[in-house]
Amino acid sequence: MYHQRIGGATYSFDGLVELLAKATPRRSGDELAGCAAESDAERAAAQWALAEVPLTTFLEYPVVPYETDEVTRLILDTHDRVAFQAISHLTVGGLRDWLLGVAATAEAGHTLAAVSRGLTPEMVAAVSKLMRNQDLIAVAKAVEVRAGFRTTVGLPGTLATRLQPNHPTDDPRGIAAAVLDGLLLGCGDAVIGINPATDSPKATADLLYLLDEVRQRFDIPTQSCVLSHVTTTMGLIEAGAPVDLVFQSIAGTEGANSGFGVNISLLREANEAGRSLRRGTVGDNVMYLETGQGSALSAGAHLGTGGKPVDQQTLETRAYAVARELDPLLVNTVVGFIGPEYLYDGKQIIRAGLEDHCCGKLLGLPMGVDVCYTNHAEADQDDMDNLLTLLGAAGCAFVIAVPGADDVMLGYQSLAYHDALYARKVLGLRPAPEFAAWLDRLGMMGTDGRVLPVPPLSSPLRGLASAS
Amino acid sequence: MNESLRPSGIEDSAARAFWADLRRTTQARIGLGRTGDALPTADVLEFRAAHAAARDAVHNPLDVNALAAQVNALGLGEAVHIRSRASDRSEYLRRPDLGRLPSDTATASDTATAPDTATAPDTATAPDTATARDVDTAPREGLSALRSTGADIGIVLADGLSPRALADHGVPMLAALAEILGDRYTLAPPVIATQSRVALGDHIGQALGVGTLLVLIGERPGLSVADSLGIYLTHLPCPGRADSERNCISNIHPPEGLGYTRAAQVAAGLVEGARRLGRSGVDLKDTSAETSLSSSAAVILEAADPLENSAVPGR
Repeated sequence: MYHQRIGGATYSFDGLVELLAKATPRRSGDELAGCAAESDAERAAAQWALAEVPLTTFLEYPVVPYETDEVTRLILDTHDRVAFQAISHLTVGGLRDWLLGVAATAEAGHTLAAVSRGLTPEMVAAVSKLMRNQDLIAVAKAVEVRAGFRTTVGLPGTLATRLQPNHPTDDPRGIAAAVLDGLLLGCGDAVIGINPATDSPKATADLLYLLDEVRQRFDIPTQSCVLSHVTTTMGLIEAGAPVDLVFQSIAGTEGANSGFGVNISLLREANEAGRSLRRGTVGDNVMYLETGQGSALSAGAHLGTGGKPVDQQTLETRAYAVARELDPLLVNTVVGFIGPEYLYDGKQIIRAGLEDHCCGKLLGLPMGVDVCYTNHAEADQDDMDNLLTLLGAAGCAFVIAVPGADDVMLGYQSLAYHDALYARKVLGLRPAPEFAAWLDRLGMMGTDGRVLPVPPLSSPLRGLASAS
Repeated sequence: MNESLRPSGIEDSAARAFWADLRRTTQARIGLGRTGDALPTADVLEFRAAHAAARDAVHNPLDVNALAAQVNALGLGEAVHIRSRASDRSEYLRRPDLGRLPSDTATASDTATAPDTATAPDTATAPDTATARDVDTAPREGLSALRSTGADIGIVLADGLSPRALADHGVPMLAALAEILGDRYTLAPPVIATQSRVALGDHIGQALGVGTLLVLIGERPGLSVADSLGIYLTHLPCPGRADSERNCISNIHPPEGLGYTRAAQVAAGLVEGARRLGRSGVDLKDTSAETSLSSSAAVILEAADPLENSAVPGR
């Protein structure tokens, strides 16, 4: 039991799970789960109390039981006590001060990487709850995480993009047209990735061959992915399909992962299968993982120790423990996709995007964000501009981009290809170096790093698409 | 769109023709051109207009009285209006759990979670209260206004995430269903549900005592389609049914989307299958035609109830 007195009132919190939830900045998903603070004062009190919790407490009191949850077992069994030494004496509040102190030093990247394996997701989630948005940006910016396949993502000074050419019926001509549009706008250096309309192996294979042919024909240094279930992709690897990246959605509890039809052992197997193809040129990171706050609650798998609901941000951060076990190329938090019952408005989406990005990077992941919203959320393009700009400042590895910000297959709004050009320009960022060199060979790269407008008819890429 | 806003110096006519040709292959907003690194003005304004239409479709409330009058004119019985426990649109969007519960559930344990709405005067359900109010236009309200019919089929017209979809397509869809189902099965009087999620229908279906329930519900508006209706079928409806125990027909919005007659045929096939199988859900397949519904139709527009459908971040 934790107690905190502020403003003449005493607040009590029954255990770590409740304390974490009540200390979380306000969001609709925690209110839906019934674990949110009931007033701003209670939230402030919880943050005070949380600040005083020693980091060692998180090793002694798992928020989800060790006995019944393999994600907890993974977190505790792989915890690096040596790496933890440097911070083991700290409280959560002390960790915030330590992180910001380190972030201001020249050797921040090295120092933060050295403690990464000593941090558990719960420690990172806890400290993020005490951090302001600028803290989340400053600390994330100081962390350097890079990963590679045919391009290198996460290098300082770069912002990569997933080119997302989705089509409601997987029409190859429509997909090729959207790929062409994105390439002409300098997008696709993180991955060219399609959400298929069906999960059938045949449809997935057709799309894989389509993307691989495009990539080889135009010698594009990037990787392709069709975002099917991991078992579909593993089957296609066996069948000899050209699989670059292996996709899967993951979450922070065993139950939620089970809802996705996966477990850690299956994911390890998928990682091995993907690596066995040795298709990467500059690196061998093959996993593309997606996460998002609220996924555990939506699967009814959000309860922790004592049967209490765990807040969605702590659970999200636990998903990163699963991710880092797989040395992924890309981890994408699909922050505004899940809907207003989890993140109600632009303020909540922006906050969650910054939290996920910072927490993921601290845990050693190449983090990207799908800067997005649905039509029933209280958000619009202005909110997305804000989040994109903040993420660019925070050193985000990649963002998602679709034609005109409108994903006509999934029915939500992400960033437009154009938005990546904006962010790179105002923040002085460039595409991944291998991809930038390719753009340069096509005459699309200005001396200042800007992607130049090229009329489609004078680009060799025009052969990529045809309406007939 | 106002073509004069397009920067003609950047997008020459050949390029425009090139993209126009490609646009026949996809609804995606490809080939928008650039002004500097940004989208041209016309595209920004067009996007805002589409987003505004989608938001209006979510937030503009259903005209219940007008819909009830149209429904009653079909001669299927007098429509009753059921409200969920979500008191307004904001609460509806944040609390899908409340959208699944009727405002006047009788059990004490249920009312404890929402004392305000449970005791609100407008949800009082004594029949004389309803008649005293405005008998000409307002339908009778509340679960207690429903009587057990023992009918084969019940039909609920639910606003869901797009009241506009229900206003535009609800009545013709209901008429098409009545035409194809009316000869073979007995139908309970239609019910109108507001601030509703799919599972609110389970309470209604149970109160009506029907064998199979069809919930016609407004689907989450997309940027290009803001008026899409879905039909959820639940056999032996009762509170607690899982989403996996339902079947869905999505993307009903003629002329672009699925038409009423075709949707009614699919529904009739599913009703027949559910009655034969004794259950609905994952084991029940649409066998109404060789060409099964394009699976994309079910993916474009998320179901009205993302929580039940396990909103998947991996999509």
